[in-house]
Amino acid sequence: MDASDQKRLLREMLFARRFEERCAEAYHERQIGGFLHLYPGEEACAIGVLEMARPGSDYVVTGYRDHIHALKSGMDPKALMAELFGKETGCSKGRGGSMHLFDPDVHFMGGYALVGGPFPLAAGFAKAIQMRGGDEIAICFLGDGANNQGTFHETMNMASLWKLPVLFVCENNLYGIGTAIERATVEINQYKRVAPYKIAAAQCDGQDIDVVMQHAEAAVRHVREKREPYFLELMTYRLRGHSMSDSGAYRRKEEVDEWAQRDPIGIYKARLQGQGLISDAEFQAMDKAIQQEIEEEIVRFAVESPEPRLEDVARYVYVEGGCAPWQK
Amino acid sequence: MAEMMYWQAILRAHDEEMARDPLVFAMGEDIGVAGGTYKATSGLFAKYGDQRVIDTPISENSYTGIGVGAAMLGCRPIVEIMSVNFSWLAMDQLMNNAAKIHFMSGGRIRCPFVMRVPGGTAHQLGAQHSARMEKVFMGISGLRVVTPATPRDACGLLKSAVRCDDPVVIIEHESMYNLKGEVPDAEFFTPLEGVEIRRPGKDVTLFAYNISVHWALEAAERLAKDFGIDAEVVDLRALKPMDRAGIAASARKTHRAVVVEEDEAPVGVGSEVIAILNEECFFDLDAAPLRVHALDIPIPYNRRLEKAAIPNAAQVVDAVRKLLGK
Repeated sequence: MDASDQKRLLREMLFARRFEERCAEAYHERQIGGFLHLYPGEEACAIGVLEMARPGSDYVVTGYRDHIHALKSGMDPKALMAELFGKETGCSKGRGGSMHLFDPDVHFMGGYALVGGPFPLAAGFAKAIQMRGGDEIAICFLGDGANNQGTFHETMNMASLWKLPVLFVCENNLYGIGTAIERATVEINQYKRVAPYKIAAAQCDGQDIDVVMQHAEAAVRHVREKREPYFLELMTYRLRGHSMSDSGAYRRKEEVDEWAQRDPIGIYKARLQGQGLISDAEFQAMDKAIQQEIEEEIVRFAVESPEPRLEDVARYVYVEGGCAPWQK
Repeated sequence: MAEMMYWQAILRAHDEEMARDPLVFAMGEDIGVAGGTYKATSGLFAKYGDQRVIDTPISENSYTGIGVGAAMLGCRPIVEIMSVNFSWLAMDQLMNNAAKIHFMSGGRIRCPFVMRVPGGTAHQLGAQHSARMEKVFMGISGLRVVTPATPRDACGLLKSAVRCDDPVVIIEHESMYNLKGEVPDAEFFTPLEGVEIRRPGKDVTLFAYNISVHWALEAAERLAKDFGIDAEVVDLRALKPMDRAGIAASARKTHRAVVVEEDEAPVGVGSEVIAILNEECFFDLDAAPLRVHALDIPIPYNRRLEKAAIPNAAQVVDAVRKLLGK
């Protein structure tokens, strides 16, 4: 990876951070409604893993904390922000919202609200890939909390049994909403939970993007070449509450502070500075340019975009002009 | 026109669609090597192989989800749930994903997913194998729900469902797999929308679906023979979306209506049809519509109690006589 790629990755993580922070502001201003689950602290996970995959070609699915997975898959940030603002120009035409981003053009197959729901969907994408032929893979990002759902065990079993090319990425942020992992789960090392299903697995630091990429490269190669599942557990932490309505009061301040020292952006910035690749001034300029882009292009686009038309309220329940062979 | 059984008609639809499109595949418990609990997929495993005729583990929710995911990428899965009772376990994937993905994505993703479920009561299968869940499926926005009453419809509806770009639930009937009927030799499709008039009549309309169509037809014969009442039998067939115009058209003609359903009454086909009659053609009715339905109890094991819980043709005859004062 050359210096320009490293700087690009730093910029992508910083962009993700600023994007999410701007979302929080818009939420407080009531421009964004519903539930809003933000990604600060976990940026190295989605960005690091997908850097090693083929965004736009591989099929990506995740839960409700989905903004950054969508962006890294190639979604236009303007379409993302417009969706959060409920606008017709949003990636889901204002019908989905934060938890239901979709962009099939770049193979981002959605954010889903039901915890554990995407496991079988990802296996289904892999099944379709298997039937069509081709070397794409499916990548499913979910949190540690999802692994206590039946769909986790059912899907691991079938994915392994049928050799489906799917990479399961567990973003282990140590809490299922407000319940600490050790209070909900017997085996807290999530990668060990797929051993009975004979799925290759690894666990690594999710805060250092170089470590994430190193493990993700092996994981992606395993799935792409062996055409079978792999489970990668990334140890991470959210710097904010579960959602905007969660203060995170169930976590000790010392714990939060400790993880804040391991901010993925801070780690990577320090590394690049150590290598003489970026100065403080350059970083500040990068940050400023990002915030300017978000404000002047992305938020502005969302604000100025039209709402969906009321007369279209019942559209998209069924496929319009869909196949009706009995009418032929 | 060949006569064949309901299960053979379903098998034929599978075979025709799988032969035509390599992205059509079937999955479910025991459907492959074992050939299916009701033989509806027998022989397909040998013909199409284990990648397209998939014996699943007993994991209804997740194999349903795998079907949904595959459908989102353009495959056309036919997922069989061994008994409609087990589809409760698959409800998350069906209801939260299959039914809503097209809408939630602003129309950008399609989900051409088919779920086949044997429904209804059979012979002393007990409360957990006798569910009638049409009221559940027909209450979910985004799904299509159809109910074949004949071998012809069992074939034609499955073929239409496979080609349809929306998720479709087909509620078959546990007691009807050996029902015989005529099925056209040439390829054909049965509409996923609209009612079918099974027997024209002028005095009263019997609205029915799936097995209750047969109770209604039997009742209509007895009403004609014994009481000189000419009943029209309308097979609702599509429970979602329901054909409001077709329902109203028949009621406007006969001015009287009885809904016959195998399900228990609170919340369901009967209440929905009567609501449609109220909304569409209240002033065309000469009498308040009635419904014949199962008792609001879990289905008992004991043979006599089971029969007492489920409606039959005699109850339909009684309801019509009450309605007409004859």
